[in-house]
Amino acid sequence: MAFNKFSPPALNRDWVPNIWDAFGLILVIGAIVLIAHGAKGTVAPLSALDLAPVTLDPWNLPEYALRTTLRMLLAIVCSLIFTLLYGTLAAKSRRAELILVPILDILQSVPILGFLTFTVVFFLGLFPGQVLGAELAAVFAIFTSQAWNMTFSFYQSLRNLPKDLEEAAASFRLSSWQKFWRLDVPFSMPGLVWNTMMSMSGGWFFVVASEAITVGDTTFNLPGIGAYVALAIKQQNLPAIGYAVLAMLIVILLYDQLLFRPLVAWADKFRFEQTASAEAPSSWVLDLFRRTRALRRVTETLAGMAATTTKLPIPRVRLSGVTLPHLISSRTMDWLWIAVVFAGTAFAGWKIINYVGTTLKFTDLTEATWLGFITLARVVVLMIIATIIWVPIGVWIGMRPKLAQAIQPLAQFLAAFPANIAFPAAVVLIVHYKLNADVWLSPLMILGTQWYILFNVIAGASAFPSDLKEAASSFHVKGWRWWRHVILPGIFPYYVTGAITASGGSWNASIVAEVASWGDTKLTAVGLGSYIANATEAGDFPRVVLGIAVMCVYVSLFNRLFWRPLYAYGERKFRLG
Amino acid sequence: MLETKMKTDQILDIREVCRSFPKANGNELVVLDKVDLAIKSGEIVGMLGRSGSGKSTLLRIIAGLIKPSSGAAECRGEPINGPPRGVAMVFQSFALFPWLTVMENVEFGLEAQGVPSAEQEKRAQAAIDLIGLGGFESAYPKELSGGMRQRVGFARALVVHPDLLLMDEPFSALDVLTAETLRTDLIDLWVEGRLPIKSVLIVTHNIEEAVLMCDRILVLSSNPGRVATEIKVDLKHPRNRLDPTFRQLVDSIYARMTQRSDNRSANIEGIPGTGIGMVLSPISTNLLSGLMEAVAGAPYNGHADLPDLAGRLQLEADEIFHMGEALQLLRFAQLSEGDLTLTDAGKTFATMETETRKRLFAEHLVTYVPIIGLIKRVLDERPTHRAPAARFVNELEDYMSADYAEGTLKTVVSWSRYAELFSYDEQAETFSLEEAA
Repeated sequence: MAFNKFSPPALNRDWVPNIWDAFGLILVIGAIVLIAHGAKGTVAPLSALDLAPVTLDPWNLPEYALRTTLRMLLAIVCSLIFTLLYGTLAAKSRRAELILVPILDILQSVPILGFLTFTVVFFLGLFPGQVLGAELAAVFAIFTSQAWNMTFSFYQSLRNLPKDLEEAAASFRLSSWQKFWRLDVPFSMPGLVWNTMMSMSGGWFFVVASEAITVGDTTFNLPGIGAYVALAIKQQNLPAIGYAVLAMLIVILLYDQLLFRPLVAWADKFRFEQTASAEAPSSWVLDLFRRTRALRRVTETLAGMAATTTKLPIPRVRLSGVTLPHLISSRTMDWLWIAVVFAGTAFAGWKIINYVGTTLKFTDLTEATWLGFITLARVVVLMIIATIIWVPIGVWIGMRPKLAQAIQPLAQFLAAFPANIAFPAAVVLIVHYKLNADVWLSPLMILGTQWYILFNVIAGASAFPSDLKEAASSFHVKGWRWWRHVILPGIFPYYVTGAITASGGSWNASIVAEVASWGDTKLTAVGLGSYIANATEAGDFPRVVLGIAVMCVYVSLFNRLFWRPLYAYGERKFRLG
Repeated sequence: MLETKMKTDQILDIREVCRSFPKANGNELVVLDKVDLAIKSGEIVGMLGRSGSGKSTLLRIIAGLIKPSSGAAECRGEPINGPPRGVAMVFQSFALFPWLTVMENVEFGLEAQGVPSAEQEKRAQAAIDLIGLGGFESAYPKELSGGMRQRVGFARALVVHPDLLLMDEPFSALDVLTAETLRTDLIDLWVEGRLPIKSVLIVTHNIEEAVLMCDRILVLSSNPGRVATEIKVDLKHPRNRLDPTFRQLVDSIYARMTQRSDNRSANIEGIPGTGIGMVLSPISTNLLSGLMEAVAGAPYNGHADLPDLAGRLQLEADEIFHMGEALQLLRFAQLSEGDLTLTDAGKTFATMETETRKRLFAEHLVTYVPIIGLIKRVLDERPTHRAPAARFVNELEDYMSADYAEGTLKTVVSWSRYAELFSYDEQAETFSLEEAA
């Protein structure tokens, strides 16, 4: 499984921005504004929250780790349900697709950490005086970091169902419900599992960030590893940071071994290929499980019950929705639908202007755009540096199958590790050596995401056909010529896949990386990330909205104008086999 | 050979069914034109046709997967509106669900009918045993060979006890030996009356297969698809391929399928479309010259019987038709009455060296393939000697579907590259005269 290449969903679509993307952007930002607007009035005094204070006692860490993990689990369940519903709706209804897909595309590039501000206030407002609100806010934050790429993957699988299987399902008269569980979900399974795994990796970062939040004058801490780290930073306790890192490592390791390895090994049977694959992914947990008798009996009973449900001949549900009398033709409905979308977008646009316009001036926009440009420059430079470092190393590892097998899981593991836990260590160094924050805070942005480049390059180099390798060496192709004509084209599609994930993650990380603190010392690097972070801390919602919107546009454009064409080029020109 | 108690009631009735698809320029591309077909209980009917004869489309209309544009389609007296009960299908690509075991794949057909799971199991087991899959119940499709996979496909269809079993080229994805075993197994079961089905409709482009299995063969003509002729096969099962009557039937069908029909005298026989709108199927120039060499040499000496040639070169009837038609279009050969005869140009070509071959090929391309002539003219006239492919694709799409246009363009590129007429830049999608000489 580790060597499979799954293209990031963001890449597979047409890269030319169109009118619907603009609609999506306006609707998403509009929704944010509405939440912010609604949330503002309902901020309950957080002193009312009865939260057990977080302490730095390492013996509390197992409990904190457990609570963090539970939040993750809850979020992934929500994401799955959302994925199945949203993806199905988008794939089966032409009208819904028109607007749902662009919205999803924009949501993918919304900087989640900036978004956190509103959701926290919103959920606290929903459940004033209760821990539940804060918990839900954290779960929601993780959800927003996980759901979109899973949904995209599911949607794309549904759009690419093999025609003969669809015909078989239809000709054996399966109902929509039966077909959904018999064909739609199984066929999407490998992509979905892979994307869920990627989402989980990303999720750790956000769970850590969302457990200790300051919005305006209010701060709250949810018991968890993230809150523990935040407290350690405040108290300048370096050993505590070390404990947190250790706890996190163990948690991720357990998660990987107990949940995802078995899942990936199990999902291998859903891979749509008619020949047995050379090496199937394996998991000792799954093997163990399959060999026990009692546990099997239990799962078989459960599976039998599930199977009965999925086999229910629930009749066809018309997803295209509104069954108006046949007086209105399909075309008229189309126009009506488009009119509704237009009106909705216009309303959202008006709301945004109204909300942002009352406090902000045009100069704020130019300022945010300029700051965005600085962050862009950072991302570009960091990507170049990471590429120069990791591509040769990745190729070197990938060429040695034994080594690759050992390193590959490690790289994936590192990608999952929330780098923000390790930030304080870097900050200590910067403070100690009085380094320039504008320069030296930057590497933190890519600290957690560079591993995507590494493990994709390893995967690419491992998958490079050995006959081509042999051909190159038998014709004495060496040195730069070998890099240029043999291996770089071979790993190119893999590299782009990793690089887009890394670059997207870096934008997101800029919100926590461009501002860092250690006790009372606060370091700030000029950029859009620190702009959003500072506005959040000051409770300046209009500026947060502006910052998010500008970052959204930057990320979207960067993806569309740079990564997608590059990816398409790689797929067209360097695809092997 | 049949159970006498079987009633000879009508199972399928298709009357004047037409089907057309919209083309890029807004016109309709007619795939099926007024097709009639009736199937009675107790018969195996074969549908023979070239690619483009709409036989798969007709099959899907019967399966209720697509709707006819006009005409009536009834199954057991009820209009077909969605997949009808009592019809099951076997797919060319097997269409098995890779995540289900053999057993689950077979039970799959029963699921939608709401059969209780105990009975599902019983019937599935019976179908599995009948078709010779016993012992493989818990295997996944990817663990099976092609032949075994198609047996699963058959078991899945049989388990629902259909009145009509539809087969969409069920053996064409299998190797020769496996296909033959499966065919004879099926026929044996059918003759012994052990198959829980009443009738079979099999779509194929393999002439011998049709003669081997069917009681009745409908030959469809291409573009648009029409029933050209109907042939009754009265041979007793098991049929012997070497039996002279069998050979005669095969020969006569070959002849019929290469016959010149009067209503299409305006175009080159077999190649759909006329002039610029000719649909060219991608056949490599290596194959074409190989075929010419084979026909020019012994024992044919310029004149070959198609079934014999197909057997010797191990080609499917459909492949050899396509190749023969390409040669006919280029005036290197004549195709008639089941024979392929080289023209003088064809004979000369076979004896030539590579360079002179290319020159002759180029000459014929420009003269006889209108789209290539057009491209050459446009390139000659333009001062830059360059032209975007889109210009010609647009023109092609006025006559044919986008898929066909793409295939035709591919053929044009490959043929003219061989002839060194003009070159094509795949990245820029441009034709040019550069480096052509």
